[in-house]
Amino acid sequence: MLKQIEGSKAVAEAVALCRPEVICAYPISPQTHIVEGLGEMVKSGELTPCEFINVESEFAAMSVAIGSSAAGARSYTATASQGLLFMVEAVYNAAGLGLPIVMTVANRAIGAPINIWNDHSDSLSQRDSGWMQLFAETNQEAVDLHIQAFKLAEELSMPIMVCMDGFILTHAFERVDIPTQEQVDGYLPPFDPRQSLDPKEPISIGAMVGPEAFMEVKYLAHAKQMQALELIPQLAAEFKQQFGRDSGGLVRTYRADDAETMIVAMGSVLGTVKDTVDELREQGHKIGVLGIISYRPFPLKEVRAALVNCKRFVVLEKSLAVGMGGIVATDVRMAVSGTGLKGFTAIAGLGGRNITKASLHKLFLEAEQEKLEPVTFVDLDWDVVNKQLERERQNRHSGPIAENILFDKGMSTSAKFG
Amino acid sequence: MGYQTVKFYQTGTYTVGNRLLAPDERSVQAGELRSNSINSGHRACQGCGEALGARYAIDAAMAESNNQLIAVNATGCLEVFSTPYPESSWQVPWIHSLFGNAPAVATGVAAAMKVKGKTEVRVVAQGGDGGTTDIGFGCLSGMFERNDDVLYICYDNEAYMNTGVQRSSATPPTARTATTMPVGKEPGNVFGQGKNVPEIAMAHNIPYVATATVADLRDLEYKVRKAMKMHGARYIQIFVPCPLGWGAASHDTIKLARLAKETGMFPVFEAEHGEVTGVLKIRNKQPIEEYLKPQKRFAHLFGKHAHPEMVAHLQAIADRNIRKYGLLDEEKAHG
Repeated sequence: MLKQIEGSKAVAEAVALCRPEVICAYPISPQTHIVEGLGEMVKSGELTPCEFINVESEFAAMSVAIGSSAAGARSYTATASQGLLFMVEAVYNAAGLGLPIVMTVANRAIGAPINIWNDHSDSLSQRDSGWMQLFAETNQEAVDLHIQAFKLAEELSMPIMVCMDGFILTHAFERVDIPTQEQVDGYLPPFDPRQSLDPKEPISIGAMVGPEAFMEVKYLAHAKQMQALELIPQLAAEFKQQFGRDSGGLVRTYRADDAETMIVAMGSVLGTVKDTVDELREQGHKIGVLGIISYRPFPLKEVRAALVNCKRFVVLEKSLAVGMGGIVATDVRMAVSGTGLKGFTAIAGLGGRNITKASLHKLFLEAEQEKLEPVTFVDLDWDVVNKQLERERQNRHSGPIAENILFDKGMSTSAKFG
Repeated sequence: MGYQTVKFYQTGTYTVGNRLLAPDERSVQAGELRSNSINSGHRACQGCGEALGARYAIDAAMAESNNQLIAVNATGCLEVFSTPYPESSWQVPWIHSLFGNAPAVATGVAAAMKVKGKTEVRVVAQGGDGGTTDIGFGCLSGMFERNDDVLYICYDNEAYMNTGVQRSSATPPTARTATTMPVGKEPGNVFGQGKNVPEIAMAHNIPYVATATVADLRDLEYKVRKAMKMHGARYIQIFVPCPLGWGAASHDTIKLARLAKETGMFPVFEAEHGEVTGVLKIRNKQPIEEYLKPQKRFAHLFGKHAHPEMVAHLQAIADRNIRKYGLLDEEKAHG
C-alpha cells in the first residue's frame, strides 16, 4: 500500500509486519521514532504477540535481545551512534553466539565532538563484529531490506544490521510502498531457530572455548558470511517475485556499461551521486555508479566485476579511518587488486555535512582528469583547519579544538584561546 | 523464616541431619529426585562455596519449577569452572553471554517465554559479586525496576576471584585483595566504601529480596523455593566463602559462612516489597576475631603489626548489623 510516510515510521511498520516477538527499546536520535512506532503498535494490540521492553541502556537492549533470541523469539532492536558503541560488547557477543537478531542502525556520527547528524562511522566501526550490514539507499529499500534481513539472519543464524542514513532517511517523508501482512507472511516463514534454550532439551550456550576450538568458531562465522554472498542475491530475487520490486542484493550499478570513471558509494548519497552523474552524462562524460548494498559480507567479486572495465574510480564515503584514510575504499581497493585501476578516496559528509551536487560535480571532474589526491576531504574548510594548526604551533595551551573552530567560524563568541 | 526449631543438632555446628526429619521436611538436596543441575566433574576449587551454593540454589529452583528452568550466567568463576569446552556441567538449559549483562539476558529469556505462552518455564540469572554489584549493576537495577520475571542469585565471595582476587564493591574493609594489598597505614581494603546490594534491591520495592549462606543450606533452599513461588524480580545474595581468595582452608568453607552469620558480619534476612519480613537470628554470637583469624586476607590485622583498631571497627560494623536487623534475641542481646 502506497503511503506518504516518515522513513522511521515506514521501517516500524515493516518490522511489525515481520512479526517480531521481542523488541528492546532505548532512545537515541535519529533512531527513536522507529521504536516509538513499534511501541505504540504493541501497546495498542496491533502487533501481538510481542513483548516491548523499555530497557535502561543500549547495552541492555542488545543483551535482552541476546536472551530472547537464544530462547527462540524473533528479536529486534534499533540504535545509532553512541548507542551502538555502548552496546559493542553485546554486539560482538550476539554474533559470536550466532543469534539472528535484526537491528536497525540509523547511521549517525560518533563523538566527540558530540554530533547527532548522519555519517557512517557508527556501523562501520562494527565492520568486524560478525554482523552482516546492509545499507539502504532509499526509504523503500530500508523497508524492503528489513523484511529480507529477518529471513537472511534466521537462515544463517547470524545477526544483521540494516543501516539507513540518520535524518536523511529516517526523518524524510516520502512515498513508500508498505507491503501487506499476507505478502510478508508469504515471504518470511516463522522463526525456526537453530539453537534454543528449552527445558525439554537442555543445552549450554556460550561455554568457554580455548585455543583448541576458537579459530574454528571464528572461521565458521566467516563461512556464514561467505554463504550470505550467495544467499543475499537469492533472497532479493525471491523478494522481487513476491513483492514485484528490485530491492537489496549485493551491489547495484547505474549507467556503468561504458563508464571510464566509476563512483562507489553506500546509502542515501547514491541519489545525489546519480543526479550528478546524469548531468555529467548529458555533457558526454563516461561516468557511472556502483552502489554497495551489502557492506558485510563485502562482495569482492561483484565489486571487481563492476569496476574492472573502468579506468578509474572514486570511493565516496561518509566515514574516515583516522590515520589511514578511507574504510570502504580499502575494501574496494582490495576487490580490484592486481587490475592496476586508479582509485581515489573521497571522504565526505562527516557529521551531517551536506554533500551537494555542486561539490560532487567538481569532485567527479577532477577524478576524471586524475587530478585528485589519493585521499580527498570534500568541502573541508582549510582556512579553519590551518588556523587551528597554527594556533597549536603558537600556543602550548591551545585549548579545546572543537570550541576553537566554532569561534573561528563565527559560531561562538567566547575566544578563550586566541 | 524457613528455619524451624530443631531439638537435635550436632554439637558445635548447629546443623541437623535429614534423617532426624520427616521425609516431607527433608531438603531438596537430600531427595532422590534432586535434579543435579550442576553435575560433578566441574573444575571448581576444593571447598568452593560458590559451587555448593549454586548446586543447592539451582536444584531448589528446579524442584520448585517442576524442572522447567532456564539459567543465565554472568562471566565469572561459576561460568568458567562449569563449562570448559567441550564439557558442560549444566543439566539445565544454560546461557552465558557477558560479564555485565546476565540480568538483561535473563529479561530477554523471560520475555521470550512470555511471548510464547510458556508460562511454566521460569528463569534464574546468576553471577558473582563483581558481575552483580559492579559491572552488571546497571542491568540488574533495570531488571529490578521493570519487575521482570527473573530470580537473580548473587554468589557473594567478596572479590573478583576468577581474575585473581581483586577488590569488588562487595569486598569488606581491611580485606587483602590483589588491588587492596596489606601495606601502608591502612592495610587492605578501606573503610567507608562498598555497597549493600540487598538493601539497594529492596529500594526497588521488588517482591522478594533475601540473603543466605552456604552454612544454612536448608534456609537457602527455603528462600530459593519461596522466591520461585513468586513472580516478578527477585534477588537472593548467597554468602559463599572462597578458600583460594580468602586464604582459608578448604574444609573451613561452611565454618566461615556460619561465622559470618554468627558474628553479624553477614546479616541473613528476607524482605518482601521493600520491607524486612524475617531474619535468621544469631544462635551463638561470636566475636569478630573468630571469623577473621582463619582467613589470610585478614592476617595483617593480627600478629606482630596488629591493627586492633581496625578489628574494633569491623566489630562495630557487625554490631551495627545486629542492631539494625535485630539479629539477636532480646535476652541474648542484653544477656
